[in-house]
Amino acid sequence: MPSTRSHPARVLPGFSLSLGCALVYLSLLVLLPLSGLGFKASHLSFYEFWEMATGERALASYRITFGASLLAALINAVFGLIVAWVLVRYSFPGKRLIDALVDLPFALPTAVAGITLATLYSSNGWIGRYAESFGVKVAFTPLGIVVALTFIGLPFVVRTLQPVIEDIEPEVEEAAASLGASRLQTFVRVVFPGLFPALLTGFTLAFSRSIGEYGSVIFIAGNMPLISEITPLLIISKLEQYDVVGATALAVVMLLISFALLLAVNTLQWWAANRHHGNTRPSTGGKP
Amino acid sequence: MSIEIRSLGKRFGNFVALQDINLDIPGGELVALLGPSGCGKTTLLRIIAGMESADTGQVLFAGEEATHLHARERNVGFVFQHYALFRHMSVFENVAFGLRVKARKLRPVESEIRRRVDALLKLVQLDWLADRYPSQLSGGQRQRIALARALAVEPKVLLLDEPFGALDTKVRKELRRWLRRLHDEMHISSVFVTHDQEEALEVADRVVVMNHGRIEQIGSPDEVYSNPASPFVYQFLGNVNVFHSRLHGAWADVERSVPERATSSEAMAFVRPHDIEIEHRPVSGSLQATVQEVHAIGPLVRVELAHGSELIEVELTRDRAAALTLAKGQQVWLKPRQIKVFAAPSGSLEEGGSGI
Repeated sequence: MPSTRSHPARVLPGFSLSLGCALVYLSLLVLLPLSGLGFKASHLSFYEFWEMATGERALASYRITFGASLLAALINAVFGLIVAWVLVRYSFPGKRLIDALVDLPFALPTAVAGITLATLYSSNGWIGRYAESFGVKVAFTPLGIVVALTFIGLPFVVRTLQPVIEDIEPEVEEAAASLGASRLQTFVRVVFPGLFPALLTGFTLAFSRSIGEYGSVIFIAGNMPLISEITPLLIISKLEQYDVVGATALAVVMLLISFALLLAVNTLQWWAANRHHGNTRPSTGGKP
Repeated sequence: MSIEIRSLGKRFGNFVALQDINLDIPGGELVALLGPSGCGKTTLLRIIAGMESADTGQVLFAGEEATHLHARERNVGFVFQHYALFRHMSVFENVAFGLRVKARKLRPVESEIRRRVDALLKLVQLDWLADRYPSQLSGGQRQRIALARALAVEPKVLLLDEPFGALDTKVRKELRRWLRRLHDEMHISSVFVTHDQEEALEVADRVVVMNHGRIEQIGSPDEVYSNPASPFVYQFLGNVNVFHSRLHGAWADVERSVPERATSSEAMAFVRPHDIEIEHRPVSGSLQATVQEVHAIGPLVRVELAHGSELIEVELTRDRAAALTLAKGQQVWLKPRQIKVFAAPSGSLEEGGSGI
């Protein structure tokens, strides 16, 4: 979560009780299925596992999954920041409508999104037609995957940033201006450092959502092995051939890479959020 | 540096925030803009700072047109009510900010920045907090850092928007004395906004009293307090008893000395609670009243009295109250030491006379 504020008054009764609850809940929902995965994979010898997890097709699918997700999350970080900023700072007719539109990728069934995007970007679609005349093919290429992942990732960045931008007092920008800072200096030195932890959180959420995305991608990707085949699809196709063990091996690899990446980003985010507060932060917070 | 404001006007939609404001602030003065909330004082300050633009009129700095200058080009130090410190920067970096964002050829070298920031932190007596972050400071400390940050760019004008508004009474008193000293040391023009009349009267060289987007009176603290130009100023600066003259026959003597126009129409008389004497027997021009409540508040004793259906407040020294030995329900006679009469017709602020 973006907020790292600690409240002195505890709402939930009893630290040990609530911690226990949290752990049981997490175990049932997350740890148990994951350890089942690990258990299944442990039937394989390491050599077999390595063979399955590093096949040519598997490696290509990792590359496309993580590469496209990273690119999509980066695009969303930039444009999501702009959207969030505009939605918080300016008032214009239709603002509420646009604000509601942001959530659409959350609610829309991913398959519907995938089919819609595929139709739009195919060589005779509304957008694809013009893209093609510039020699850019979007649908049924890795680029199509990036488009689909950008679509589903947008609300994560916007919704994470909005409350944080609301929390920045406009006075801080005025203070910077009265001290002689230009707009760029104000953004780079004053506004952005305050947004960075939240931006990182939004980026992480969008990124992790993209890694696991299946529905919207398969319709637009074309799913050509070695070129535009994502790992989740590879797992499904292995399952369809009753190759449960092979699917498990791929799943374990995805799990490990995702976990390592998320841990790294979270550590970075924790560092960015905490370096300015020391450990003696009074409960008064930033605003009186 | 002097500031001149000429026939300034500002609207927000249908709301008139400022109307025909004319104000001269000579260099080196500490001026208070005093008024109730919504009177336009903050808007005026923000227009001087260049954070808001005026619809009509001019702002001149040292005689030079500055109306359309951007905030960053005005070389004005601004202190906000809620400090507006940069949360992710240490105290040192907050103060250094104004120096670091200067264009490369104007920017002091690192050692010079360090020297100047250290000097400013010493000036605000917080050099031991240089490495802390704003969230680790108390309100009073934050405001002093905000002040040091504003002073770092060596502004010609220092503007403060309710600088002590968010602080508790004790810290507020301490800081305003300290601001006064600082102002005298720095030789700059300062303008501060406040709704606290005590603060304005104590700190400022001159007080500008504002109401409904207009200036009601400009004068020294003593002038605006003892010789208010309008009923509004009278009521805003301290407690006051208001008498509608026709109702108070006994004090009519007093009002006969007032020019005809005041007595012939409806008139209002203003008397400060500490300007009323309480007597046990009638004297000429006194008003009969019944003691309702007696409260001892710090060094003063506040007596509430009823005259007919109206409530009158009187403040006495402890000694005087002890000598009078007032009791609830007692009949006494009130005699004003100083009274001021204004013609009452709504809107017109014509001044009457004052006397005993």
